[in-house]
Amino acid sequence: MSLIAKLTEKSWEPAHTGVMHAGPGQPQTSKKIALGIFMVIISVLFTLFFLTFITHSQYPGFQALAAEPWSPFYNTGRLWMNTALLVGASVAIHAALISARRGAQGPTLIALVITLFFSAQFVIAQIWLWRHLTGMGYGFTTNPANSYFYLLSAIHALHLLGGVAVLVRATWLNWQGTALARSAQSIKLCASYWHYLLALWLVLFALMTASPETYNTIAALCGLEVDL
Amino acid sequence: MNHIAFADQPQESMHHPQGFFSKYVWSLDHKVIAIQYGVTAIMVGVLALVLSGLMRLQLGFPDTFSFINPNTYLQFMTMHGMIMVVYLLTALLLGGFGNYLIPLMVGTRDMVFPYLNMLSYWTYLLSVIVLMASFFVPGGATGAGWTLYPPHTLLPGTPGHELGIIMMLVSLGIFIVAFTMGGLNYVTTILQARTKGMSLMRMPLTLWGIFTASLMGLLAFPALLVAAIMMMLDKLAGTSFFMPALMSMGEAIDHSGGSPLLYQHLFWFFGHPEVYIVALPAFGMVSDVLATHARKNIFGYRMMVWAIVIIGGLSFVVWAHHMYVSGMNLSFGFFFATTTLIIAIPTAIKVYNWVLTLWRGNLHMTVPMLFAIGFIFTFTHGGLSGLFLGNVAIDVPLADTYFVVAHFHMVMGVSTVMVLFAAIYHWYPLISGRMFNTALGKWHFWVTFVGTYTTFLPMHYLGFLGLPRRYFSMGEAAYVPESAHSLNAGISISAIIVMLAQLLFIANVIWSLKKGPRAGHNPWGATSLEWQTPDVPPKHGNWGEKVPEVHRWAYDYSVPGVKADFIPQNMPSEAVEMEDDSPQGERS
Amino acid sequence: MVLVVILVLLVLGTVIFHFASPWWFTPLASNWGSIDTTINITFWITGLVFVAVNLFMAYAIFKFKHKKGQKSHYEPENKKLEIWLTGITALGIAIMLAPGLFVWASFVKAPSDAQQVEVVGKQWHWMYRFPGEDGELGRTDPRFVSEHNPFGLDPQDPAGQDDILVFSNILHLPVGQPHKFWLRSQDVLHNFAVPHFRAKMDLVPGTVTRMWLEPTRTGTFDVVCMQLCGTAHHAMRGKVVVQEQEDFDQWLASHPTFADTQSRAYRGDQDIGRALYATCASCHGQQGEGNQGLNAPRVAGLDQWYLERQLAYYKDRVRGYNDGDTYGQQMAAMMAVLPDRQAIRNVSAYMAAMPETQVTPTITGNTARGERLYRNFCSDCHGSDGSGNYHTNAPRISGQQDWYLERQVTYFRDGIRGLHPQDSHGNQMVMLVQGLRDEQAIRDVVAYINTLD
Repeated sequence: MSLIAKLTEKSWEPAHTGVMHAGPGQPQTSKKIALGIFMVIISVLFTLFFLTFITHSQYPGFQALAAEPWSPFYNTGRLWMNTALLVGASVAIHAALISARRGAQGPTLIALVITLFFSAQFVIAQIWLWRHLTGMGYGFTTNPANSYFYLLSAIHALHLLGGVAVLVRATWLNWQGTALARSAQSIKLCASYWHYLLALWLVLFALMTASPETYNTIAALCGLEVDL
Repeated sequence: MNHIAFADQPQESMHHPQGFFSKYVWSLDHKVIAIQYGVTAIMVGVLALVLSGLMRLQLGFPDTFSFINPNTYLQFMTMHGMIMVVYLLTALLLGGFGNYLIPLMVGTRDMVFPYLNMLSYWTYLLSVIVLMASFFVPGGATGAGWTLYPPHTLLPGTPGHELGIIMMLVSLGIFIVAFTMGGLNYVTTILQARTKGMSLMRMPLTLWGIFTASLMGLLAFPALLVAAIMMMLDKLAGTSFFMPALMSMGEAIDHSGGSPLLYQHLFWFFGHPEVYIVALPAFGMVSDVLATHARKNIFGYRMMVWAIVIIGGLSFVVWAHHMYVSGMNLSFGFFFATTTLIIAIPTAIKVYNWVLTLWRGNLHMTVPMLFAIGFIFTFTHGGLSGLFLGNVAIDVPLADTYFVVAHFHMVMGVSTVMVLFAAIYHWYPLISGRMFNTALGKWHFWVTFVGTYTTFLPMHYLGFLGLPRRYFSMGEAAYVPESAHSLNAGISISAIIVMLAQLLFIANVIWSLKKGPRAGHNPWGATSLEWQTPDVPPKHGNWGEKVPEVHRWAYDYSVPGVKADFIPQNMPSEAVEMEDDSPQGERS
Repeated sequence: MVLVVILVLLVLGTVIFHFASPWWFTPLASNWGSIDTTINITFWITGLVFVAVNLFMAYAIFKFKHKKGQKSHYEPENKKLEIWLTGITALGIAIMLAPGLFVWASFVKAPSDAQQVEVVGKQWHWMYRFPGEDGELGRTDPRFVSEHNPFGLDPQDPAGQDDILVFSNILHLPVGQPHKFWLRSQDVLHNFAVPHFRAKMDLVPGTVTRMWLEPTRTGTFDVVCMQLCGTAHHAMRGKVVVQEQEDFDQWLASHPTFADTQSRAYRGDQDIGRALYATCASCHGQQGEGNQGLNAPRVAGLDQWYLERQLAYYKDRVRGYNDGDTYGQQMAAMMAVLPDRQAIRNVSAYMAAMPETQVTPTITGNTARGERLYRNFCSDCHGSDGSGNYHTNAPRISGQQDWYLERQVTYFRDGIRGLHPQDSHGNQMVMLVQGLRDEQAIRDVVAYINTLD
């Protein structure tokens, strides 16, 4: 039954079976919905950050991080390395999900530990990246573009760490030998979250390493040209 | 795997709290959490009311009271605004009424994530504590205006530019976390936990209002969070997100390249939906109050639902009407004026339908009904004055004058508070199990209704005159006639009478809690589920042995041929008692 | 029934209040009559809706109030009626919106023959700049701002050299000439608003905003700041004097260009000043130390810009205008020894260079209370150490003789000083010292200032 039909129901008339609401949904579905909404919220948060970033890119004095050969992200090698770590985490958690569904407790546990390992590595690698940037003279406050990179990658990492806290609990349950079916559900949610954070990182990556022309194009499309 | 949906769990399997702490403090029960939210919100609200009284003293009788000076005035003003909009209205309408009513109205035993719900309240309380603490830090609370526009917010010359603003931003951040936890709960509960038969269009409008508002809050508050984070970094880490190169007190500061306008866009991208986050639950609740006490179905239910959804959606594309004279690209004015005036259409429809609900009704002039009618009157006034400000060319002379103050107080301060009172009086018998004192309630209504109107109606005219808002004192100015000062004094007296009248309300609520007559089951004869609980007030788990099943929409009042003038939502058709001379089941 | 009566009375009262209200838009003084027309259209439409909806509601309450045996009509919806109402509302909205958009279109685009004027806002003052002969405003940057270049003009930019600078809150404009306003803030957000002109716009640091209008009648109109800009926001005032073109030209010619202000002569010549000071010394002392017996305050330690402004005020009787200010009038009479602005500059330059002298406190009071009052009313402009600030046009008050401070604060409070229409900065003091309600409060503040150094 489509949403339109649901929203045009003449509910004062006696209900026909098609309209009849069957009753409360499954708790698992509730969690899925809540996670879905949460990811939408994070997307809104980052979209707003991105829009302000694009706006800033239109102000004089803005130096894109990949604009010139000597810019820090002209060479994206380090970023790709970090991306690989996050992809690793994403693959591992997917493997954990598959094993959990198959009922294989041992492999699930191993895959979960690998996920945690890669995730932690990613955060550490990000911190290294910051130190590297600072060392190159691209400090937090040197230029709005730098500020944005530090800020956005930090918020991204914080969200990842939040996920890690949940995943640690799932791993613990798994290690304790809780019914796999139950932990499979929380692994499922974690897996969606990890894939989502990977996608978010890729967008972030693309945005931070884009050329000034790309910023100008996006700004023009969004009507963000600055009227000075 | 065999799951038992939470709502279907048998009563015995629910963990009933025993001790005082688990029952009233660390409670997972949505009703207790709702009351915690409500009491906290009303307490800060009273503080904010007192602050506004202090401001009125200064405006009505300039330089008479030595504890009000330009700094404290700005601090009172900022805290008054922020508390009222965020910590009172948002928290009370969604955290309080949302929490109390959602599970009862959808027919479930509790929120889908009760633990998160409890956490939401305690996080909210923390944000309130941080906010209150900001009064006591060196330099005092921030006096930047509730909009917290940079750069003055962060610079000398504005009270609380050091610690006060940091406390404010931290408090807002915590509040947003609290709201997100709560909002996820409200939305998911309404989507997931509706009992059998409760299709979307059978929900009372209260639920529609709360649902849409929660969803909007979840999407709008991130904008405030983004703004708060970036401003905090500008303050503490020396970034230049919002801070351009400028002079402060004759000295160049160490920022460059930031944009103050960017902050304003973010703030109002949150701020405008926020208006409707407050208004939509109020719209919903007042609809139910009107229908119940008019013994009539809400007129044009579907249109009312669609209007709520459309208003919610449109409110995300009107934000820059707060910024017509902010120095943004002037051509944005065309777009935002158009969207803003379009949003008036669904809003007007809601007003018509409320009035048409009264038409050919059977109006019981109870206290909640009086407040609901007071709402229609003041909301019509406030909504219409919004058409002045939304229309970009007219906004130019009126922007930042007392007209703006009068307008948003009429819509958010008066009409929304009318609904809050209507709702409190309406659901008081359910929440407390007792009846309030009607005579006191009526006196409370008369003074509040007439008093607020005489406070804010003349204020519009100060705006026409061009009196700027956020002024500690007008001083002498050629364009301000002497009579305007008398008018200001009159407004202050009227406002202070209204404030004192709220003591009647507080006394009534507290006195009736112990001494009021027992309300009994469903005293208003309402149809919606919250009134159909086996116990009054509802016990933990709400429904006793079995959750209800819904057989009809929430507005079966005065159905032709039916003996009683209402049919509860959970009453099956076969149980409906018909009038003797009427054929079975016939409706017009 | 009471409710019906009250509702009808409130509706009637609102209408009567509206028509009887003496509080209405100030008489228009610009070309923006179209804004007023749009407002009138909106007024009629919204007014009708307000009256109709609420009277209908009152009637409904009157007619359908609960009576025994009454039953409501059952009608879930009425599509036809709802569609009609929607349509009529949409029409009403369109009638209000369309003229608004047309007016906005003309607001957005300034006519090509508009003259340019720049408004500079800073906490809590206005300044103005005209483009000069080349018709072009020179470049500015906050990093050029200094005591000698308050506008922050780029000294290298040739376009800026002939810009005419108005160091005052009072702007003059020729009547009947469209003007394009460039609005620039040096510190925080401000809003340049003239109620009689209807137009207003924010000043945003980091960018230049704009608006345009044409003054249509002569007169003096208030300028107010309408965007919260800090503690003294309410005291950020100015005036616009609209006058005939000839008068305006004369006024404009009396102001220096940027190049003038950067010249040596403009800074004053201390050697000439020393000779001029000989007359002053008889009261103010050889070292500028002041003399309480002669009611002459200390002048040593004050900034040149402040001395210069006050001497000019005395000369033009902007200060010492009031009979209550006996000593000020004496001073004004003495101004004959300084024949012109250049003499004032020279003597000010000499006085500003005097080494500071010690003063003996004569006033005691509750310094703790004084400190509280000082922080709330004085420190934002005069600085927490009382050293003054050219940016806020606030003179140094620390180290000044306390009897003099007390007298001046009292004068400000009573309007004996600062209320002259040409005193564009004194009126701010008049507004702010109202917070010092009694003699004791003034003494406490002055006692606290005595402790500053």
